[in-house]
Amino acid sequence: MELLDNLALGFSTALLIQNVLYCFVGVLLGTAVGVLPGIGPTATVAMLLPITFSFEPVTALIMLAGIYYGAQYGGSTTAILINLPGESSAAVTALDGHEMARQGRAGPALATAAVGSFIAGTVATVVLAVAAPPLARVALQFGPAEYFSLVLLGLIMSIALARGSALKALAMIFLGVLLGTVGQDIYTGTPRFTFGQRELYGGIDFVSVAVGMFGVAEILRNLENEQTRTAIVGKVKNLWPTREDRRRIVGPILRGTGLGAALGVLPGGGHVLASFTSYAVEKRISKRPQEFGRGAIEGVAGPESANNAAAQTSFIPLLTLGLPAHPVMALMVGAFIVHGITPGPNVITDEPDLFWGLIASMWIGNVLLVLLNLPLIGLWVRMLRIPYQVLFPMIILFAAIGTYSLGFNAYDVYAIVFFGLLGYILIKCGCEPAPLLLGFVLGPLLEENLRRALIINRGDASVFLTRPISAVLLAVAVAALVLAILPAIRKRREVVFAEDE
Amino acid sequence: MERRRSFPDVLVGGIFILIGGAFVVGSLGYELGTPLRMGPGAFPLLVGALVAALGLAIAVKGLVAGEVIAFGPIPWRAVGVIVLALLFFGFTVRGLGFVPTSAVTALLTTLASRRVRPLMAVAVAAGLTVASTLIFVVGLQLRLPLWGPWLGF
Repeated sequence: MELLDNLALGFSTALLIQNVLYCFVGVLLGTAVGVLPGIGPTATVAMLLPITFSFEPVTALIMLAGIYYGAQYGGSTTAILINLPGESSAAVTALDGHEMARQGRAGPALATAAVGSFIAGTVATVVLAVAAPPLARVALQFGPAEYFSLVLLGLIMSIALARGSALKALAMIFLGVLLGTVGQDIYTGTPRFTFGQRELYGGIDFVSVAVGMFGVAEILRNLENEQTRTAIVGKVKNLWPTREDRRRIVGPILRGTGLGAALGVLPGGGHVLASFTSYAVEKRISKRPQEFGRGAIEGVAGPESANNAAAQTSFIPLLTLGLPAHPVMALMVGAFIVHGITPGPNVITDEPDLFWGLIASMWIGNVLLVLLNLPLIGLWVRMLRIPYQVLFPMIILFAAIGTYSLGFNAYDVYAIVFFGLLGYILIKCGCEPAPLLLGFVLGPLLEENLRRALIINRGDASVFLTRPISAVLLAVAVAALVLAILPAIRKRREVVFAEDE
Repeated sequence: MERRRSFPDVLVGGIFILIGGAFVVGSLGYELGTPLRMGPGAFPLLVGALVAALGLAIAVKGLVAGEVIAFGPIPWRAVGVIVLALLFFGFTVRGLGFVPTSAVTALLTTLASRRVRPLMAVAVAAGLTVASTLIFVVGLQLRLPLWGPWLGF
C-alpha cells in the first residue's frame, strides 16, 4: 500500500518531538487568537512568520497550519459562549450554539462542536492524503497557459470569500495584483514603481501588507467605539451530550464532513461557504425545522463539521497547485518560498517528508485540539476578560517587532503604517481585505505565466482558449464571475419590483 | 430600500481610480513591448486600467444606487497615535535599541484608547516591554542591541 507507506513516513516526521511541540504551540496560539476578538489568524501568522524562518521548513509549516485550523476551532467557542464569532465561518455556529448556551446547554454545544470538528478533521485528512497525489500528477502536466487560467479562477473564486459588493471585491483583487507588480521585473530586471528606493527593489513584503490590513486596520476599526465587552458566562457544566443529542448529531456531522471536504477544495476559501451550506441543508431536511435558530443541536454539529473539514481540504489546492485558498495560506506560500520550496505539484515528489509530515500533523493537531479544549474551556473564557486596552498595544508592538525582524529594514515597518491606513479606509467603505491579499500573492504568478505563455506561443493570445484545460478553467471563472454578480442584479430587480407595487 | 447616493462608494471608487491611474501613468514610463515579448510596463498598464475602470464603475454606481453603509466615526486620536508609534519604532529602533524603543512605542500605543488611565498605560507599557524583550531577544535570539548607540553604548 503506497498510501500507508506515505502516511507512515508522514507520521514518523510529524511525531518528532519538536514537530509535535510546535504543532501544539500552533494550535494553542490558533485557539487563543480564534477566541480573542480583534486579532485573527492572518495577522497572527503574519507576525509569527519571521520567527519561523529559523525553523526547519516542515516544523515551520506544521506550526503555521496549526494556527490556521486552531483558529477555526477557537472561533466557534466564542460564537457559542458570547455570540461573537471569532472567525467568519463560525458565524453560523453562533445562531444555534449561542441559543443553546442561553438555555444552559453550553456544555453539549461545545462538546458537539469538538466531536464534530474532530471527526470531520480526521476524515478530511484522509481525503487530503488520498486526493492530493493524483491531483499533483495532473497539475504537473500544466503549462503556463493552464496556470494562468487556474490562478485567474482562484482569484475570481475569492469573491465568494468577501461579504458585500462583488464589484468591490473584484476591484480589491486587482488592486492586490497591481501592488504585487512593485519591484524588479522578473524578465528584464527593470525596477518598477520603486521611486528609486533600493529597499523596494525586492517588492513590497507581503507580511507588511497582511499585518497592516489585518492587524493595524482591524485595531483602528475596533477603537471606533470602545465598549466594555461583557462576557456573561456562567460555569460550563454537563459537557456530555445526552443520548438523544448523540442520536441527533450523527447525521449532521457526517453530512457536514462530506460537504465541507468537497467545498473546501474550491480555490477561494470554501470553509465559509461550507458552514453556511451545511446549515441550510440541515434545516431543510430536518423534521423539526422550526427548532433551528432556537437551539437546535444539528445547527451546531453540521456547520462545525463542515467548516473544519473544509479547513483541512483547503490545503489541497495549496499543496498540489500552489494556490492559496485563504489569506493564511497566502502567507504560507511565502513561508514555503522563504525556505526555498516552490509550493506546487513538485512538493510531493521533491519533499515527501514535508508533504506527508504536514498532512499527518493535521491529524495530530486535531487530537491535540480535542484534548486541549474541552478541559481548558474555563481558561478560554477567562481570556475573554482581558481588556482590549492591554491587547491592542501588544498587537501593535509585536507587529512592529515582527515586521522589523524580517530583514531589519525600517521600510517594512513604514509599510504596515501605509497598508494599515489604506486598509482601514477601504474596509470602512465596505471592501474586504482578504481578496486584496490573495491578489497580491498570486499577482506575480499571474503575470509570469501570462508572459511565459505568450512567449511560448509566439504572442498568440488564443492559446488560453485552444488548450482544453485552460479553456475549461476560464469558462468556470467566467461562470463564477457571472454568478457572483447575478444575485446582486436579481436583488436589485426585486427591490425595483417591490417599489412598483 | 431606496436608491441613494453613497459617500463611501464614491470615495472608494475615487481611491481605486487614483491608484489604478497612478500605476497606468507610471507604467507608461517603462517599455511596453509586444504581445510576443511583453515589456515590464505592459502588465501593470493592463491591470492598472482595469482597477481604474472598476473604480469608475463603483463611483458611478455610488452616485446613482450605492450600497448603504454607515461610514461611522473616525478615531482620529487612535489613528494619529498608532501611526506615530509605528513610525517612531521604525525610525529609532536601530539608534535607541530594543528596550527604549519598545517602551516608548508601547506607551504611545496605549494612549490610542480614550479609556486608558495614565497609571495603567505605564503599567501596560512596562509589562509589554519586559514581555517582548523576554520573548524576542532572550527567547528567539533576535539580533538587536538592547540599548542602542544613541544612548552612548
